[in-house]
Amino acid sequence: MRGGLRQRLDHARRIAAVLLSSQYAYMLEYRAEIVLWALSGVLPFIMLGLWSAVDAGGGLGMDSLQLARYFLSAFVVRQFTIVWVMYTFEEDNLNGRLSPYLLQPLPPVWRYVAAHLSEQATRLPFVALLVGLFFLLYPAAFWWPSLPSVLLAVLATLAAFALRFLMQFTLTMVCFWSEKASALERLLYLPYLYLSGLVAPLALYPEGVRAFAFWTPFPYMVDVPARILAGETVPVLQSFAAMAAWAALLLPINLLLWRRGLRHYSAMGA
Amino acid sequence: MGRYLTTLRVFWVASLTAELEYQANFLIELVATAGNLMGSIFVLSLFYGRGQSLGGWSWEGALVVLGVYTLLEGITSTLLQPNLSTIVAHVRTGSLDFVLLKPIDSQFWLSARTFSPWGLPGIALGAGLIGYAAWKAGATPTPLTLLGAVLMLVASLMILYSLWFVLAASSIWFVKIWNATEVLRSVLVAGRFPVSAFPAGLRAFFTFIVPVAFLTTVPAEAILGRASGPWLLAGGAVAIASVVASRWFWNFALRFYTSASS
Repeated sequence: MRGGLRQRLDHARRIAAVLLSSQYAYMLEYRAEIVLWALSGVLPFIMLGLWSAVDAGGGLGMDSLQLARYFLSAFVVRQFTIVWVMYTFEEDNLNGRLSPYLLQPLPPVWRYVAAHLSEQATRLPFVALLVGLFFLLYPAAFWWPSLPSVLLAVLATLAAFALRFLMQFTLTMVCFWSEKASALERLLYLPYLYLSGLVAPLALYPEGVRAFAFWTPFPYMVDVPARILAGETVPVLQSFAAMAAWAALLLPINLLLWRRGLRHYSAMGA
Repeated sequence: MGRYLTTLRVFWVASLTAELEYQANFLIELVATAGNLMGSIFVLSLFYGRGQSLGGWSWEGALVVLGVYTLLEGITSTLLQPNLSTIVAHVRTGSLDFVLLKPIDSQFWLSARTFSPWGLPGIALGAGLIGYAAWKAGATPTPLTLLGAVLMLVASLMILYSLWFVLAASSIWFVKIWNATEVLRSVLVAGRFPVSAFPAGLRAFFTFIVPVAFLTTVPAEAILGRASGPWLLAGGAVAIASVVASRWFWNFALRFYTSASS
């Protein structure tokens, strides 16, 4: 029995390696586009400009260095938690590409996960370049995060990515019933944009709104990992527990909808 | 001129009929636009709620800027995005040949071929917010300020159009340039706020390199009836220069167009 498990693990590792390396090669072909996508994540820098100009008056409770570090961290976290599975899945579904994927002995979701991870790997050097440029323009903001906080931030970012992927993929299941499901993503993006901490650290929100935001999954997708990376104190255990709870809530819904959807799926044009 | 107007009507009626097949999208778009506007107002309130102001603008003045931005966003999704996003496909598949052969100006055809009603909620909400906030700010609509406001809004549309068109037309050389318009969109988000709210470096960037200042701040000043002569003149000059530049750029780009598979 133990041998069987080891064989299966080995098999899974091989599949993962093949998927990741082929997707990475594919994404490298599109590196110019990925650079442009990375550049379109400048929102935290625009907001940093606004907040630091306001901060000149003082009284924010966050000094300008903390603001700069927070928004830079938010930019980095956002770069590695961008999810676009809905658009790819919708296209695959409409073009009938999903049918051959379903015939293979591998759940199609892993293909999309591998594509996202490879895309992030392609982004990595460019994001590092932008971070370097930021410190060149604003050397006072430079800081070395401690090794534990870097590791924790990476872990939190991965968890944030997983949660956001799970959330969007759950909504993606609507594609089985509707042709223009990606319009729904616009609605999901709204609370994400305003509650995740991309436009301002949640610490600057009014008390009531902040309390409400932490009852939603969104602050864990940007604000929490960014604050860990910026070296601020964060209730780590509580945050990871909250992310796990949200994932535990979404996963069964996702699996249920996937099964229902597949039963409904008839391949376009069939 | 008459021929162009007739063509425009035929184009838009046809595309409206096609788009109305997806009526549920209208509801989603309305909710998304209204939600986005509420979120933006919430972000503004984060600044004003603590007794600070954005670059010396009053709360109502900042709302006028936001209204102009919402209006421009609506026009972007009604006309700019649906039309200009097709240039790249025309270049890739070679169907630009057919566009160039039509007995009508190719830049006009590419810029006005379709009309998507999904941006109309944005246009309506933006116009409503401008009217309400300008009234609250105590702006007095004299014929002269109205004329200035309309002129500056037209100028801002001309600049916005030229920025989009030049980026989209670059796909003659780089087929993968389409994402560049996403970068443009994300930078234009700065137009939600008065340009004087930014630190000096960014302010210069948003005035001279990406003229966000002329897109929302200058029209808002004109609406509030406090635009100064030099800014009005500059706005008009930038607008005319950018449309002329987009025209020149299109003719220049076409010289490099060699059709697909050649």
